[in-house]
Amino acid sequence: MSSSVEGQSAPTALQEAGGWSRRHLLDVDELTPAEMLLVFETADAMREVLSREVPRVPTLRGTTVVNLFYEPSTRTRASFELAAKALGADVVNIAAEQSSVKKGESLLDTVRTIESLGAHVLVMRHWQSGAPYLVARHTRMHVINAGDGWHAHPTQALLDIYTMRCRLGDLRGRKVVIVGDIAHSRVARSDAWGLTALGARVVFCGPPTLLPAGLRPDGRGGEEGALLPPVQVETDLDRAVEDADVVMALRLQRERMQGGLLPSLREYVRQYQVNEERLARARPGALVMHPGPMNEGIEISPAVARSTQAVIEEQVTNGVAVRMAVLYLLGRGRGS
Amino acid sequence: MTALAVRGGRVLDPSRQLDAVADLVISDGRVVAVGPDAGRDATEAVDASGLLVLPGLVDIHCHLREPGFEHKETIETGTLAAARGGFTTVCCMPNTEPPLDTPALLRWLRERAEQVGHVRVLPIACVSRGRQGRELADLAELAEAGAVAFSDDGDPVADPALLRRALEYASALGLPIIEHCEEKSLSDGGAVHEGWVATRLGLRGIPAAAEEAAVARALALAAETGGRLHIAHISAAGAVELLRWAKARGAAVTAEATPHHLCLTHEAVLGNGEAPGGLAYDTNAKVNPPLRARADAAACALALAEGVIDCVATDHAPHAVEDKLCEFDLAAFGISGLETALALCLSLVHEGRLALERLVEAMTIGPVRALGLDRHLPGVGTLAVGAPGDVTIVDPTQEWTVDPERFASKGKNTPLAGRRLRGKVVCTIYGGKTVWRE
Repeated sequence: MSSSVEGQSAPTALQEAGGWSRRHLLDVDELTPAEMLLVFETADAMREVLSREVPRVPTLRGTTVVNLFYEPSTRTRASFELAAKALGADVVNIAAEQSSVKKGESLLDTVRTIESLGAHVLVMRHWQSGAPYLVARHTRMHVINAGDGWHAHPTQALLDIYTMRCRLGDLRGRKVVIVGDIAHSRVARSDAWGLTALGARVVFCGPPTLLPAGLRPDGRGGEEGALLPPVQVETDLDRAVEDADVVMALRLQRERMQGGLLPSLREYVRQYQVNEERLARARPGALVMHPGPMNEGIEISPAVARSTQAVIEEQVTNGVAVRMAVLYLLGRGRGS
Repeated sequence: MTALAVRGGRVLDPSRQLDAVADLVISDGRVVAVGPDAGRDATEAVDASGLLVLPGLVDIHCHLREPGFEHKETIETGTLAAARGGFTTVCCMPNTEPPLDTPALLRWLRERAEQVGHVRVLPIACVSRGRQGRELADLAELAEAGAVAFSDDGDPVADPALLRRALEYASALGLPIIEHCEEKSLSDGGAVHEGWVATRLGLRGIPAAAEEAAVARALALAAETGGRLHIAHISAAGAVELLRWAKARGAAVTAEATPHHLCLTHEAVLGNGEAPGGLAYDTNAKVNPPLRARADAAACALALAEGVIDCVATDHAPHAVEDKLCEFDLAAFGISGLETALALCLSLVHEGRLALERLVEAMTIGPVRALGLDRHLPGVGTLAVGAPGDVTIVDPTQEWTVDPERFASKGKNTPLAGRRLRGKVVCTIYGGKTVWRE
């Protein structure tokens, strides 16, 4: 192993990785299965880099990555920062307060400023669905969506699917149950696109008030020509988890109670908590996942969260490798 | 005496079931003759052979933004947009700043429109003082000052008791209440129709029930009071069914639909797939009520064809670029519609879903009858002898591409940019004067 960071070379797999021509990563719905597999292969190589004594390659040296976060985030922001640094990029973190919008600086003004400062890759988290799509239309930077409103969280979906594939191999025919507040979940939407494209069966489970329009079991909004991922919808968790290969619990936000979407936490826990009893109905050894941050004792019981079936920490670790893969595939085009 | 003749066109006047190739002569601002060769001796002539000659179109729902929002539109630019769209009479909504809730403001607006307007402007005044929804504005004084109807459009009259009083009180004035039917507790925070597009985009939906519930309530109050109710921009299939039911029972209710609710659906928000990521989040398709599902648009078009929906109104809602060039949830609601209204509606005619005569009726005498405008202006919306000399000449075959940058309106906010439309207004005559000619 060479002694200087600069001297370290990228794994050969990276030099060979072709087949990627996208400028931005806005959601997984636009990725072909081949492109997703390329991300996963690249992530394998990145895991190797991360396992080195000095987990660093100079692949993106000279590239500036800006993390522009309009919503508080610990793990996603840190994950992107570590990923960019491991590739030798310069990283700037900007925590934009929602109030700066009210002060009059528009999102596009902010983005133009960042572009003028010389950034190449913009990683953005925004509480408004579609905000990164607006930005992508008006910038020369590469845009990576790190979560927009209720809409999409592509790197989370890719790391979820990567983690499932590491444990289960090919996902065709596998049953993945996502439980909880689907209506307000960008993770559920992106996971559903990616998983169904790779041949997995996806079941959304939650109370009707937390299921999005157009997916309700009563078929309301089920319009002709609707382009939504082919998921099954189930309101009874006991039934939903039967034969599941993966059970993923989503964070329940307290404001859902104030919004009148749920009568009480107690009732939610009783009907929708992923606990040992329910997990026993799934396939033996079924994986338990959570995109975090977790409310243990609410959407997931502490025993399940800590069980050997839980791969929640692995998701976090894989997140860095997957984000390195995405940064690499988008950023490598600019010679350093 | 000078006379202007429009020669040799197909004259369509649905108020009298007139459909004939004829000359039309205007003198002294009024129609003086319609008939074969009637324009032989006119001092000035427009050749309309192969073209449609219609009564000047009437829009009973537009936003001219003045006073208060002159960066979005002014009476001058809005009425020029109207002229280019073939409209010679427009009724402007009172959600200006300050809102049109006093006789002095109404008089100011009418004077201003006289000075700078390219076409006739008839003001609609507020139902409630300051559009606050708490107490009635001085409806009788506003009527005296020239209000042709009352509305808090932009918002509903949320309090049913106030809406009831408004319907009762206005009935003595013979003027309608135009209600923007929206149950806010169901729609609040919504940005698009609640359906698959909302789910696809992760946007909060506005359910059809928000409109249907409000329409049902307004219809019940109209029946109860005998007041004249006009429903603005109806868009949901269920609301159309309620309207049909109320009309079958003989209720004194009328309704309008916009060209965009008749011809576009919520998929417009997605764009044409060419945007980065394949999703446009097109804020120019953000409008309230939202563009709805195909079944809703089809129900509206059918009801318009059958006369259950009385007329077309544009709900022309111009906005400045920065009001739309932002995150979807933060973008303003509204479509700039005056300059595309007729051509967009003609697509229904081309598709065989609407008779041309019915469309012309729904854009001329239909809106006049809905609000009773002929009471203020006898003959408006017709080509009868003695009627105002308002004529719109249309080339029904001309194809054109919508280019918002060429709009007369300050509002370039249309989801139709780049769309090919067939049928174009080539000349608009208002009071005997040519106010737009291609």
